[in-house]
Amino acid sequence: MTLLRVEHLTMRFGGLVAINDLSFTAERGHITALIGPNGAGKTTVFNCITGFYKPSEGRMALQFGDPAVWDEIEALTERGQRGLECRAGSLFLLERMPDFLVAQKARVARTFQNIRLFPGMTVLENLLVAQHQPLMRASGWSVLGMLGLPSYARAERAAIEKARLWLDRIGLTERADDPAGALPYGAQRELEIARAMCTDPVLLCLDEPAAGLNPSESAELARFLRTLRNEHAISILLIEHDMSVVMEISDHVIVLDHGVKIADGPPDVVRDDPKVIAAYLGVEHDEVSQVEAEVGL
Amino acid sequence: MAAEANNVASRSSLLLALRAAARTALIAFGLLLPLIAFRAVHDIRNELVLETRWPLFAAFVAIAFAGRLLWELLPRESLKIRLAAFARAPGQLLSAAAACLVLANVLRLAAKSLADTDAAIALAFTYLFAFATFAFVIGAVGAWVIRRYPAGTETGRQRRHQIGVGLRTGALGFLLVYPLMLFWLAGSQGSIKWIDNFGIQILIYVMLGWGLNIVVGLAGLLDLGYVAFYAVGAYSYALLAKSFGLSFWILLPLAGILAAFWGVLLGFPVLRLRGDYLAIVTLAFGEIIRLVLINWVDLTNGYAGISGVPRPSFFGIPFTDGPDGFAARFGLEFNAIYRTMFLYYVILVLALITAYVTMRLRRLPIGRAWEALREDEIACRALGINTTTTKLSAFAIGAMFGGFAGSFFAARQGFVSPESFTFMESAVIVAIVVLGGMGSQIGVAAAAIVIIGGTELMRELDVLKAIFGRDFDPTQYRMLLFGLAMVVIMIWKPRGLISTRTPSVFLKERKAVSGAHVREGHG
Ligand SMILES: Nc1ncnc2c1ncn2[C@@H]1O[C@H](COP(=O)(O)OP(=O)(O)OP(=O)(O)O)[C@@H](O)[C@H]1O
Ligand SMILES: [Mg+2]
Repeated sequence: MTLLRVEHLTMRFGGLVAINDLSFTAERGHITALIGPNGAGKTTVFNCITGFYKPSEGRMALQFGDPAVWDEIEALTERGQRGLECRAGSLFLLERMPDFLVAQKARVARTFQNIRLFPGMTVLENLLVAQHQPLMRASGWSVLGMLGLPSYARAERAAIEKARLWLDRIGLTERADDPAGALPYGAQRELEIARAMCTDPVLLCLDEPAAGLNPSESAELARFLRTLRNEHAISILLIEHDMSVVMEISDHVIVLDHGVKIADGPPDVVRDDPKVIAAYLGVEHDEVSQVEAEVGL
Repeated sequence: MAAEANNVASRSSLLLALRAAARTALIAFGLLLPLIAFRAVHDIRNELVLETRWPLFAAFVAIAFAGRLLWELLPRESLKIRLAAFARAPGQLLSAAAACLVLANVLRLAAKSLADTDAAIALAFTYLFAFATFAFVIGAVGAWVIRRYPAGTETGRQRRHQIGVGLRTGALGFLLVYPLMLFWLAGSQGSIKWIDNFGIQILIYVMLGWGLNIVVGLAGLLDLGYVAFYAVGAYSYALLAKSFGLSFWILLPLAGILAAFWGVLLGFPVLRLRGDYLAIVTLAFGEIIRLVLINWVDLTNGYAGISGVPRPSFFGIPFTDGPDGFAARFGLEFNAIYRTMFLYYVILVLALITAYVTMRLRRLPIGRAWEALREDEIACRALGINTTTTKLSAFAIGAMFGGFAGSFFAARQGFVSPESFTFMESAVIVAIVVLGGMGSQIGVAAAAIVIIGGTELMRELDVLKAIFGRDFDPTQYRMLLFGLAMVVIMIWKPRGLISTRTPSVFLKERKAVSGAHVREGHG
């Protein structure tokens, strides 16, 4: 079942074509990896999906609930609407939505390549800011909360409980009341993922979560991501340079080079694709087969 | 050998100190030459002439030289340790406080006995030393509490909490009895100035500081035009009260709502601006409002301002001399001080409401979103927070409190004019927030007391006449000293008086967040 469908996505910055006619799909409950050499356009794809950039061309549709609503996609596109929410299911055209609505309505959460926590707020506060929307509703857009109604106090207790569950999972409960900026690097990466999970997403976009982690931390992260997928029925879109992590946990790999998709398939197939190896080595792919022939592969 | 080396070392250190002092004196020379040595005055024919004040100028430069020399020669490290040890013993503290009082009294008597000093100067000495003693005792008790009850231990934490609650209750009690105490001590003639200049005036700025703190301290949006909302509130009250005869208590919320409306209006165009750009546009907004007030003569009467603005009544009973007045109704003798006292309690309540509302909002999702916005706006958007409405709500609520303060100001003065709403006012309010420590309510209140109380106190410091001569007017140096104090505080505490942030929620214990982690926003 398809969760996200990206069709003919193009992103131009002036004369620079960062993404060129990219199409791919991400399946529900899968970990889809997006790999490619530096500057390939991976982060730009994330920024387009999450609404931070408005793509020059293309359509990005995300659906959850009853898959039957996929049938509405052409009608939606025609009518110029940004999405459809009914009891059965929801369908959103992400390129038409501002960033905060992509997170709020289409339930896409993300982390950043260079960590973006709220460093001066405590670990617990970071996780409560992520639950802003439900808490805001519970506080009656601050009016009922100002009056000190018990319903808000109850909602806040529930939010803290949820935050504590995530803190237990990443082993940061002891540091809940410390500022996020005081955590070690690896813990900050995990906290950013936990914060994204506190928004109850259907799609989690992780931009290089293993960057700066040592091999054992990377292995632990891979385990963590796999349990997330298995236990929370969440789909993950993963940008990662650490191939051990990518090959171990992803169900599907998409390879980008200079904004163009050069390979798409299961990890073991993509790994042996000469075009992919060439892109990573920075040479033309017939040169690779030449070299391979020379060394007797 | 050793003695000789020691000798050489001390001689070279003296030389170094002298050199540093000379450098300081040179800087003071350059800075103060245009400020103090020359003064433009009108002579008998009303022509502008340049007057020189060489002795005064020399005195200032000499003070700079001597001060720096002393500072260099002081054994600073050992002094610090000795001071710390001293502050640890409560007995020594009490004796020091007693010594201060005795010294103050001796000085007072000495000043009185000098032929050419009058009683006012002697009184000023008393004030000064009483103030110094008070500050010393407060600081020493604070240091003692911190040492006696360390934060790390369970009992220490509890005791600190108790002491904190006690201090807050004490401060509130003091604020409640302040005018009554003055009235009792100094009588109606003597106390009115102290209630008005030191009570009401400071509380207005405390309230403005707390209002702006929402925008600058919490949401991290550097607003240099806050005085515009103060002006909107003041003119709303003045115009509506004069033309429709509505009462203060109806117009107070109305002025707040109007100011909030202008806050949103300002908010819209500046939503996409950050940092310096935001500061410049808000500054311009403040000036636009002031220029409109000056030039829309039909409505605002221009530079001349609006006079005869109705004064607030005691819930319908006016503070006038006559059978229907407040004094007559309550069987008292007529006295202007009742109105001043009433105004004092009104602004006290308004300021406390501001503090309470801010404190509550900070613990609601909206307050956390403001702080998150200050920390990282992009991350906020990735979490589904609508940064537009979040920013606008901060602007609106901050402006609303500015509007409340403005309408109170108009009612207290009975007169409004564009003069009261210059950029200088905005600058002072921003200075209060920054010096207080952005986001900290106690810090902002302390900064307002220091800055506004300090500038008011400058009027009282006749004691300086004893040092600089009879024709020395301390009020002329207010801005100089104000700037100096700012520089000193910014060197000593670059993040303001209270640089830590108190978390809005906690799991096990509320630990203050060090200022090193907190972002200053400005965007
Ligand atoms: N806002 C922008 N304005 C102009 N050019 C941009 C912008 N964002 C990205 N680019 C360009 O688009 C190209 C792709 O950048 P992108 O950050 O997506 O690469 P990436 O695949 O994430 O690389 P890395 O692995 O180093 O993170 C780069 O050439 C980059 O300079
Ligand atoms: Mg990238």
